[in-house]
Amino acid sequence: MAHAQILKELNIDFMGKRYIAAVVSGIVLVICLGSMLLRGFEFGLDFTGGTVIELGYEQPVEIADVTGALTENGFPDAIVQYFGSRTDILIRLPPVEEGEEASAQRSDQVVRVLGDAAPGEVDLRRVEFVGPQVGEQLREQGGLAVLFALIGILIYVAFRFEWRFALGAVAALVHDVIFTVGVFSIFLIEFDLTVLAAVLAVIGYSLNDTIVIFDRIRENFRKMRKGSVIEICNRSINQTLSRTIITSGTTLLVLLALYFLGGAAIEGFSLALIIGVLVGTYSTIYIATAMAVWLGISKADLLPAPVVKEGEVIDDRP
Amino acid sequence: MNRYPLWKNLLILAVVLVGLLFALPNLFPQDPSIQVTGTRDNPVTDAAAAEIAAAMENAGVPVKEIESLEGDKLLVRFTTPSEQLRGREVMEQTLADRYNSALTTSPDLPGWLGALGAQPMFLGLDLRGGIHVLIDVDMEAAVDQALERYTGDIRTELRKQKVRYLTITRDAGRIAVRFNDEAARDEAQTIIRKEFRDLTVDSGKDGGNYFVYASLPPQIQEEVKDFALEQNITTLRNRVNALGVAEPIIARQGERRIVVQLPGASDPARLKELLGATATLEYRLVDTENDVRDALDGRVPVGSALYRERNGQPILLNRRVIVTGDQITDASAGFDQQSGSPAVFVNLDGQGARRMRNVTTENVGKPMAVVFIESRTVTRMVDGEPVKERERTEEVISVANILEPFGRRFQTTGLDSSEEAHNLALLLRAGALAAPIEIVEERTIGPSLGQDNIDQGFRSVMIGLALVVVFMALYYRVFGLVADLVLVMNLVLIVAVLSALQATLTMPGIAGIVLTVGMAVDANVLIFERIREEIRNGSSPQASIHAGYDKALSTIVDANITTLIAAIVLFSFGTGPIKGFAVTLFIGILTSMFTAILGSRAVINLIYGGRRVPKLAI
Repeated sequence: MAHAQILKELNIDFMGKRYIAAVVSGIVLVICLGSMLLRGFEFGLDFTGGTVIELGYEQPVEIADVTGALTENGFPDAIVQYFGSRTDILIRLPPVEEGEEASAQRSDQVVRVLGDAAPGEVDLRRVEFVGPQVGEQLREQGGLAVLFALIGILIYVAFRFEWRFALGAVAALVHDVIFTVGVFSIFLIEFDLTVLAAVLAVIGYSLNDTIVIFDRIRENFRKMRKGSVIEICNRSINQTLSRTIITSGTTLLVLLALYFLGGAAIEGFSLALIIGVLVGTYSTIYIATAMAVWLGISKADLLPAPVVKEGEVIDDRP
Repeated sequence: MNRYPLWKNLLILAVVLVGLLFALPNLFPQDPSIQVTGTRDNPVTDAAAAEIAAAMENAGVPVKEIESLEGDKLLVRFTTPSEQLRGREVMEQTLADRYNSALTTSPDLPGWLGALGAQPMFLGLDLRGGIHVLIDVDMEAAVDQALERYTGDIRTELRKQKVRYLTITRDAGRIAVRFNDEAARDEAQTIIRKEFRDLTVDSGKDGGNYFVYASLPPQIQEEVKDFALEQNITTLRNRVNALGVAEPIIARQGERRIVVQLPGASDPARLKELLGATATLEYRLVDTENDVRDALDGRVPVGSALYRERNGQPILLNRRVIVTGDQITDASAGFDQQSGSPAVFVNLDGQGARRMRNVTTENVGKPMAVVFIESRTVTRMVDGEPVKERERTEEVISVANILEPFGRRFQTTGLDSSEEAHNLALLLRAGALAAPIEIVEERTIGPSLGQDNIDQGFRSVMIGLALVVVFMALYYRVFGLVADLVLVMNLVLIVAVLSALQATLTMPGIAGIVLTVGMAVDANVLIFERIREEIRNGSSPQASIHAGYDKALSTIVDANITTLIAAIVLFSFGTGPIKGFAVTLFIGILTSMFTAILGSRAVINLIYGGRRVPKLAI
């Protein structure tokens, strides 16, 4: 067969390096968790509350002029920065502090002040205001969403495969979530609602990967009468490896397109997914599979029951 | 081998054709248009279309088409946005008193497509521009107000029945009526029980005093809250309609919140001012018998209250209100004919008109004051927790002698500007809010950013798609081209389903589509890798195709169902932007399973099925 192929018959000993991988993963996770605890997050507006205003000017504008106009008119703590170009600026009003009033009207004052101060027209491109009550709710809901997604998946995988696989899959997902979120903490990249959505999508993607390999392991357990658990796992990973690489590759291609062309609003989203896809591919092998092996999966667990009692569902999947 | 029965091919073809049909409206350009609705006294009739056409022709604004829509509306189409804006000016200058006009866009669909109900995708505010506001209704205040009303009613009832009580107070969510003796207490308790069946009534004794306690049972409290929310939605809808925005969305969200979405609107300051405003009027007689200076020293006479005029001047007014804003049925802004100052013309309901006539008849020559009341709820941070506070300002805007008795219709002056008169008239017309509200979230996207988002989203979908298409064709050759074909088909189906359901497409939604494009090929990759494996194991080409599809199926289904679980969780927990992502992800997974498994198999079968194939181009 003369087809283009990245990998031919491979036999890489993935499982042999599972202890090294476990140590590496452990260290990385500790760093991620440590950063999340000590350094925390650069939470976006959605979670902290506050106001963001994006304005478009006709001519390039100096940050100092904008800051000056704002300070004069009672907004000394406004943070002003360029957004994409020198005619586009982003103004952040920090979340309210003790005794201050949280109000959706503050953005209107800012727009009015800067509209009066500018020589030409000022185009109001975007205003986002999130009150403190809403920010708190979004944080809670976000955590709950991740938790429920994991529980739902745990139940499904346990039902379709076996509890050791389910635990392995969920361990891999937890690993991916901690890693992705950890990168956002370590580099203090803004964490907003879209990043949270991406983390949940990462859960879906990483699991996709895990299921494909588990499916192959189950099939091989039934088909290959010889060989140890480790050998069968290695074999399964090798057999699905080219698929793993191609799917991650095509997904990464579109994600890179999204990251570079999709605009600033979904940069964090695409970045989280790019990290997630990479780490998800790794965790499928070294967390999900290794964990299932460590928990003691055996051929007997997955072979069809030899005697089927009347009324029982026959598992006749390949 | 590897042939689909005819019905299966036809079914797949039918799905594809229906998909193309429903996706089709998205290819037609959007006409800048004006949506015209009638005012109360001037419904839109057939004559209106001719009238508008004539007005536009007079002003030299070319109109593309005028068509009537459901619900007594007209749609005036223009060719360019600048003609649309000029058209709107014409409407405002010549026909504003009879018709309301709102800027919008409308797809220029051929009649048969419109008749099928096919529409382009419904774009979210982040793509088309507009204002999104989330409003929190102060439910505690609604319950408080209800209790306040009951307090007044109980006082009136006990007086009417001549039961002697000492005080009526309202604290900690209940009403306490204090009596001197047990007999009066018991009589009052019987009366309150009988007259106010909604209340939970209780009695007690504290020191030398006897008490009746009345409170709202939880179920009634829920009713009060529900009513307040519904009433507020009605009021907000009236106010928003006055702004002239096409297709506004005002909907309840959860227990205590209201979402207001105005596509295409670009003045958030004006919207927020109108939504949150609680301005209303009260008419009171001026207390001419007592001295203001005594009141300023702290000796406010019983039956009077101290107010201030706009210039800060103190004034004493009667405690009893003649007419409140609730009794105003209609209001319009204009100018006083004599002085030329801004004025609000007010119409009262029957009860209010009767009272006004009685009071003015009895008090000709005496001064009457108009009180402008504004209250607002603000949230402040106290000890790191958001706490709601209510602020109320009351100002006397005009004091004038009653020249002659009047009743149903009269005017009020003393407003600062014609804009204030205009706003006040609008608020009085729209009705009062049943409970104070506060804006807890705002997302405004200007039209320029919306267009940028569409362009960026479209470009990233196209380039992402192109990259995947090229890769697949190079790597899997004929099979890759088939995968590409079904991938494009998948995209068409996603657009078709989104259009047919009129689900909202947002920027994260586009990201969901892009992600689906990347992941949709996974099913085909799984199948093709299997086929290659089978070939390597020495199976014949036909058997390899068959086994490849067969063995990959359960893996594909399992993998997709778990992603579906994630999408469902996202949808149920997410708000706005996340929901948009979840919807396209969900739809994308379903359509991609259809196209990647059934669609690609059908095409492969057509190419290779039922004949001798020496070798597969995979």
